[in-house]
Amino acid sequence: MVKRADRTPVGAHYGWQDWLVQRVTAVIMALFSVVILGFFIVKGSIGYADWRDLFHGQMFRILALLFMLSVIYHAWIGIRDVLMDYLKPVGIRLTANVVVLLFLIACAIWSVSILWGR
Amino acid sequence: MSTVPRPPAVRPKYYDLNLLNLPVPGLVSIFHRVTGVVMFLVLIPAVLFIVEGTLGSEAGFNRWKAFFSEPLAKVVFLVFAWAYMHHFFAGIRYLLLDVHIGIYLASARLSAKMVLVAGLVATFLIGMRIW
Repeated sequence: MVKRADRTPVGAHYGWQDWLVQRVTAVIMALFSVVILGFFIVKGSIGYADWRDLFHGQMFRILALLFMLSVIYHAWIGIRDVLMDYLKPVGIRLTANVVVLLFLIACAIWSVSILWGR
Repeated sequence: MSTVPRPPAVRPKYYDLNLLNLPVPGLVSIFHRVTGVVMFLVLIPAVLFIVEGTLGSEAGFNRWKAFFSEPLAKVVFLVFAWAYMHHFFAGIRYLLLDVHIGIYLASARLSAKMVLVAGLVATFLIGMRIW
């Protein structure tokens, strides 16, 4: 008989924590995508003023950053899974992981600078 | 008694790269993976770059607007729109599978077909909108 694992989602690091993060970030991105799509459908044609005003709102900036952080965390888990499938030697895999992580962290910093840096 | 090291077991390898031989859920799956990698490599930096450019000044906004009025730019945009929409719908299917909705073969195949169609229809609608 298989013993049921005694693990809770809010416990310490288990392998499935990333699995769960992948789902949560997916839901966040899906909701944000629908909102953004709705904005474009309602607005029709968008001029510079609409675009700038949208990014002027503090609430939108926070939501946009939450979206980007979801994208970045989601991409990290997904790309790491893909790399695990194709890159077997530990050194190469570690190097690739580090490159991916640095790139994604740079994207996070870039996002903050775009949203608040002007 | 000495133990002789055994040669590694010969395992069957499956290298059929013809996507048309895949069942539909497999097609949805590999597209999910490929679109994910492509969006990581191209779409994330491209969107940041373009959003930065459009917000910087009205001139920058108009430059990008002119860029995306080119037919070739629209086609490239649509390819990425398809990648996004396919990843979106396939992801929703996986979320539903996680909560045991549609896990039997017939419904899994049906939902896989729906994902493929939904991705293409969404791309078509976006295409109508931008043309």
